[in-house]
Amino acid sequence: MIKIEHIDKWFDDRQILFDINAEFKPGVANLVIGASGSGKSVLIKCMVGLLEPTSGKILYGNQDFISLEYQQKQNLRREIGMLFQNNALFDSLTVEENIDFPLRMFSKMSPEERKERVNFCLQRVQLTNANKKYPAEISGGMKKRVGIARAIALEIKYLFCDEPNSGLDPLTSRVIDKLLVDITKEFNITTIINSHDMKTVLDIGEHIIFIYKGQKWWEGAKDELTEARKSNKELDEFFLASF
Amino acid sequence: MNLISEIGRFVIFMKFVLHRPEKAKVFWKITFREMYLIGIDSLLIVILIATFTGAVTTIQTANQLLSPSDLYPTQLMPKFVIGSVIGTSSLLELAPTVTCLVLAGKIGANIASEIGNMKVSEQIDAYEVMGINSASFVTLPKILAGLIMIPCLIIIANFLLLYGGVLACKATSSLTADDLIQGARLVFKPLYLKVMLTKSFIFAFLITSLSSFQGYYTTGGALEVGIAGTKAVTKICIFILFFDLIIAQLFLKS
Repeated sequence: MIKIEHIDKWFDDRQILFDINAEFKPGVANLVIGASGSGKSVLIKCMVGLLEPTSGKILYGNQDFISLEYQQKQNLRREIGMLFQNNALFDSLTVEENIDFPLRMFSKMSPEERKERVNFCLQRVQLTNANKKYPAEISGGMKKRVGIARAIALEIKYLFCDEPNSGLDPLTSRVIDKLLVDITKEFNITTIINSHDMKTVLDIGEHIIFIYKGQKWWEGAKDELTEARKSNKELDEFFLASF
Repeated sequence: MNLISEIGRFVIFMKFVLHRPEKAKVFWKITFREMYLIGIDSLLIVILIATFTGAVTTIQTANQLLSPSDLYPTQLMPKFVIGSVIGTSSLLELAPTVTCLVLAGKIGANIASEIGNMKVSEQIDAYEVMGINSASFVTLPKILAGLIMIPCLIIIANFLLLYGGVLACKATSSLTADDLIQGARLVFKPLYLKVMLTKSFIFAFLITSLSSFQGYYTTGGALEVGIAGTKAVTKICIFILFFDLIIAQLFLKS
């Protein structure tokens, strides 16, 4: 479980996040939604430690990520997987080398065991016949799958996805959404998906946090969304603008 | 003020870079690949530049010292003096400084663009999220490879500068190869070798570390990656010339 308490983030004299509090449970598709520039990417980057919040706490279980020592943070990060908006695959490595990379760095597996794990991850994301290809040689949807496979290669506890559907066609987007939910439930991972795609929200949003101008504006489940729109003008506008 | 904050940022960056590698096997594998890219891939340009510079410098020096002059009787000028000028300037300046200025353009721009591209495509962030010290993982192999290979390139360049001079002697009747070699050997001092090696290690560090630093802090897109490459080369050239002067002052002040 991840809990964030009173997160503020300033860039120079500009405040981006205002007192955000939330709790993300494992085995559930947690969605952080909002328009571009609302601060959701900043929030997710604060949570994985790519940015440091100006104030507040980020609790992974009982550990406050911000107050951890450098090496403790590095150790905790090995339990975190992240799917980046631009995939962030290592372009000098093949698909299987990309997935093998965290295993080679942090596991004590033998080369045979690593190969087996790589193949398992590739099968899990339904990607075949691409092992020896370089990222530049595969499609956007395949890159997302490789990104997911790399993220789950080490048995992670937390998965962050920054706009997993960006640049994908609607059909592939739904496949990736389903894959993320399946993996979340199968491995009981705490998954946080950052999205502005309302179709994703309606498809998989079990726990949704709507960020508006850096503030947590609404929190609920997809079933509560229709009712919430009636009383929440900003949420309604965001919902309508997404279609 | 901007320069001070930039130096401060560089020091902090180096503090992260100089960390024990996460996994020695992976580190050495990357370092050997970088040694190939920095050393072997730069060999051709170093061979060409050193040989031609040696030949041209010899011809020009011979022309200046042996042409009839009203200032001094050129017929009394011993020809080995030309060799001593070429030998000394090769060791002290041409081999380390000119070679490194060329390598700044080749290796520096390449490293800054490579790391800059990794930065804007979030690959650096991916290392960080995995719990890898990205500054060290990406930069340390390059610095180490540079510290090993660039001095080797400079030593090769030094021999080739003299070889270029010998080739020039064969093409001209005013000077023999023996005059050139004899002159170079006559004035050789171990101090010159020390200066050359000191310069080569410092310049190697400047080329690899400054370009990595420039690339690592790239933000934006493809345009900024290109700008990072250009900025890296400019900064490296300025620092090479600055340290060239300092080293000359420290070692050769009479």
